[in-house]
Amino acid sequence: MAMELGKYKTCVSARSTDKEIVQKSQDGGIVTQLFAFALEKGIIDGAIVAGVGDRPWKARPFIATTREELLAARGTKYNISPQIAWLKEATRSFGLDKIGIVGVPCQMQAVRKAQLYPTGMRDVPDKIALALGIFCMENFPYKSIQQLVEDHAGQKMQSVKKMEIGKGKFWVYTERGAVVQLPLKITHKYEQPGCHVCLDYVANLADISTGSVGSPDGWSTVFVRTKNGEDIWSKAMAAGCFETKAIEQVKPGLEMVTKLATEKITKNKKTVDERATFGVKKGLRNPYI
Amino acid sequence: MTAPVKKETPPVKPAVTPSDVKTEKKVEIIKKEEKSVTNKIKVGHIHLSGCTGCLVSLADNYLGLVKILDDYADLVYGLTLADVRHIPEMDVALVEGSVCIQDHESVEDIKTTRQKAKVVVAVGGCASYGNITRFARGGQHNQPQHESYLPIGNLIDVDVYIPGCAPTPQLIRNVCVMAYLLLRGTDDQKALATKYLKPLMDLAKRGTTACFCDLMTEVINQGLCMGCGSCAAACPVRAITHEWGKPQGQRDLCIKCGACYSQCPRSFFNFDVMNEFEGIIDLINGALK
Repeated sequence: MAMELGKYKTCVSARSTDKEIVQKSQDGGIVTQLFAFALEKGIIDGAIVAGVGDRPWKARPFIATTREELLAARGTKYNISPQIAWLKEATRSFGLDKIGIVGVPCQMQAVRKAQLYPTGMRDVPDKIALALGIFCMENFPYKSIQQLVEDHAGQKMQSVKKMEIGKGKFWVYTERGAVVQLPLKITHKYEQPGCHVCLDYVANLADISTGSVGSPDGWSTVFVRTKNGEDIWSKAMAAGCFETKAIEQVKPGLEMVTKLATEKITKNKKTVDERATFGVKKGLRNPYI
Repeated sequence: MTAPVKKETPPVKPAVTPSDVKTEKKVEIIKKEEKSVTNKIKVGHIHLSGCTGCLVSLADNYLGLVKILDDYADLVYGLTLADVRHIPEMDVALVEGSVCIQDHESVEDIKTTRQKAKVVVAVGGCASYGNITRFARGGQHNQPQHESYLPIGNLIDVDVYIPGCAPTPQLIRNVCVMAYLLLRGTDDQKALATKYLKPLMDLAKRGTTACFCDLMTEVINQGLCMGCGSCAAACPVRAITHEWGKPQGQRDLCIKCGACYSQCPRSFFNFDVMNEFEGIIDLINGALK
């Protein structure tokens, strides 16, 4: 098992069997389906998801306590949503005792740090009931996404139906059916700088992590990582929430996931190393030592 | 007169009078305790200029605290909790509050603590960073000349910091369990406890000032922030919000407790501990069952 993919118990390619969920989900609707199932069964009281903020496509953390609210948050926004900002508040104003949270790998790291070193997370550590991680190469500030969509792709933010990074391109789909693709060479410089020291691609610290890479269109690759994740995944499977395929039998499969994970980690390790000699006999801070 | 009488009366005959029974029972209890305390560590709570919120946090572990005091630690010193006047020898000193340098007694207490304790833990923002006592200007009845308060690290070497206001019951609990493993555990447990405590020891070496500004100077300015939101959740006075995905602090509200910076996954993140989060959480929960 390659270290780049973290510890996991099982890995499959999966898709939600719920027509309503997959209709507007990014890929296989894994996150929405798992939260909807966990909410229905009382495994979680609510989930911190990435909803839409005060501008079109601007992500913001949102605490969903109903299926409708979960559905409203479907799809990837490709800009920063400070999910953890609501982690404590979820247990206070929202009164959640069993929290679901979805986030990118760094946010899963934040969740685990909140559990092991809860300096400011009173009574939070024992209330994380389901942490779902999504694969992430890098994230963008909202203004970067706006620049890409409006300046480079020439589309209005409010007319965008879906954004996607795949097959080496950044894709913008509009409600009227226009499709614009930008080479990733253009998007790279707009990436959030803090992402360039991140050493995790597939959310190694989540209970269950998922992403499109490795699976065919409309399907997602799923890593089940912890005992808790395994427990919930097997219950969801038993309830018929997902159809699955063995990861060995899909193209491009785990090989692709490993390749991208290795690329990201190698590149960012180099960045971390280079930071040590950034100035003249002076370096930038390394958070990992 | 009475002593020799008692010595002469140890009855070989079965207990007849109520006093005979009492004596026997007492001896039994003492023997029991002696057996179970042999492996406990000695812990003291030293109360300086603080609000007792840290002590309340320790108590907020409820049955967990009872378990700690039953199996792992003897409380050998503590205002109102242990009937001991002078600071005795101990393994771990949990120090709450900052030192008023105009208060001779406090200064002596913290110096004595350093002499008598193998490990000194600064519990909470005041002991670690001065916290709210930084804003003291004196003039309080009935010692108006008491105006200068310093974190204990300005007067003695401190081994471990538990930042935050109040520090969380869960972090205090985790540190207590790890301190026990460090002093009494197997070699593997000692290694784990050392790994776990290292970042909190590094915080103690880092200095005696804390502020929201740390997020600016050490995280955002250093190109490390990825907008996870941990800081906003950690802040006890809700001084931190997110603008365009990055933390924005109302610096006048900041009480300088150190929670935000230490909670940030980009202040420290030790993969060797974090990757084992599942086992460590099980270990701590198991230890307190």
